[in-house]
Amino acid sequence: MSEHFRSRIDLEFTVNGEAVELTVPAGRHLIDVLRLDLELTGSHAGCEHGVCGACTVLVDGQTVRGCLTLAAQLDGAEIWTVEGLTESGAIADLQAAFVERNALQCGYCTPGMLASAKTLVESGSVPSREAIREHMSGNYCRCTGYEAIVDAIETVARTRAGVEARVEAKVR
Amino acid sequence: MKASIGGYARAESVPHALSLLGEADGVGRILAGGQSLIAALNLGVSAGDMLVDITGIETLRGATLDGDRLVIGALTRHGDIARDPLIAEHAPLLAAAAPLIAHDAIRNRGTIGGSLAHADPAAEYPACVLALDATLVLEGPAGRREVAAEDFFLGLFETARADEEILTAILIPCARPGDRHVIREAARRAGDYALAGLAVVRREGRHRIGAFGLDDRPVLCAGAMAKWDAGDVDGMIAALAKDIDPPSDTQASASYRRHLAGVLLRRIAAELGEAQ
Ligand SMILES: Cc1cc2nc3c(=O)[nH]c(=O)nc-3n(C[C@H](O)[C@H](O)[C@H](O)COP(=O)(O)OP(=O)(O)OC[C@H]3O[C@@H](n4cnc5c(N)ncnc54)[C@H](O)[C@@H]3O)c2cc1C
Ligand code: FES
Ligand code: FES
Repeated sequence: MSEHFRSRIDLEFTVNGEAVELTVPAGRHLIDVLRLDLELTGSHAGCEHGVCGACTVLVDGQTVRGCLTLAAQLDGAEIWTVEGLTESGAIADLQAAFVERNALQCGYCTPGMLASAKTLVESGSVPSREAIREHMSGNYCRCTGYEAIVDAIETVARTRAGVEARVEAKVR
Repeated sequence: MKASIGGYARAESVPHALSLLGEADGVGRILAGGQSLIAALNLGVSAGDMLVDITGIETLRGATLDGDRLVIGALTRHGDIARDPLIAEHAPLLAAAAPLIAHDAIRNRGTIGGSLAHADPAAEYPACVLALDATLVLEGPAGRREVAAEDFFLGLFETARADEEILTAILIPCARPGDRHVIREAARRAGDYALAGLAVVRREGRHRIGAFGLDDRPVLCAGAMAKWDAGDVDGMIAALAKDIDPPSDTQASASYRRHLAGVLLRRIAAELGEAQ
């Protein structure tokens, strides 16, 4: 192999606020670095081709697919997973609303759902239910049927925007 | 399934990327957003690739004006295309197309250059660049060349780009006052690849129609365009059915796709004020 191509890559980035230095095989995915190397098993691997959203985490403030991102591409990045977001309290209201509204059953999809929902409720405005569905369309849930997830996100978006939270689901 | 990769190198500039591709001796692969390539590697479509990561080449990111042309760098991400005011002003078709692509997490990394080079027949941008009469800029060991969008898409995932060439930019004639840009598609779920879609540009009474999901490649619908220019809306719908050759698959039959194309084109024509 040429000296310019490497099969192992030295990386420095931060995960949940902590500096991490490690050497990974060139083809190592972010999701595997998190789950296998760093033992942060909150983020899940489902389809491994970008469709289900179970592996969604935050990189430099934006959602990305852990299964479609090579760790090699993330030197210097700031990565947040559900573990760090929980510890920092950044999504405590979302998590409480998910529990309150039964927006999870098996929980497999939930860490990815929370990462995606976080960027939506941070936008400051109150999205329509349709906009919430559109935003969350890249996160599959095989248990809940989505209605409760949309309810939970809507509640948090309203509360964060200072609009009174809905007390009960509208009759549709 | 995990991607099996031969090696990885970060390119610092276009010449550096070209020399890395040369070194890789035929198994070099450009890595941009990875949103198609990593998915393909995960499926085991290819193995042993030498990845040349071009995402660090800052000069390939973002949009600028060059006279009456908009220049969009190949590494401009779908999310940036959806948000950039310069693109909204001068190429509103692309600004409208970007949110139709996949989901936030994929739009945050996927690039316009990657989408055009990948040339998925169901992707939005390839049909848009046809409708926009855009020019693609390729840089290779033999220098720089420009290829009209019409000459770029050759078949299923096949383009005029040689393996050792990098798509660096897209040149788009800026929209003029009175121009209209419309994109419409039919998909089963938000973010899915479209079953059928059309991108339309009207300029000074003339129309350009790019079709996606309706053939083995993006198609410029010359027959329908001529009928529309002549003001014949029914003739346009009939001609469209002949311009395209839709695939049948588990998602939809060819005849359903053809039907959808006609419905979409009528809706676009109505939106642009054509009497039905
Ligand atoms: C779940 C899912 C849904 C999707 N839905 C849609 C959709 O609805 N519509 C749509 O259009 N796309 C969709 N995509 C694809 C997405 O838009 C990709 O981002 C895009 O096709 C590829 O861009 P990339 O930057 O990620 O390229 P990469 O994946 O890095 O590369 C793709 C290919 O292009 C080559 N390449 C990349 N950049 C260059 C360059 N500058 N010069 C030469 N060659 C280059 C690579 O070598 C590779 O062969 C979807 C993807 C996923 C995972
Ligand atoms: S595991 Fe990444 S999207 Fe399904
Ligand atoms: S709670 Fe089981 S997949 Fe969503």
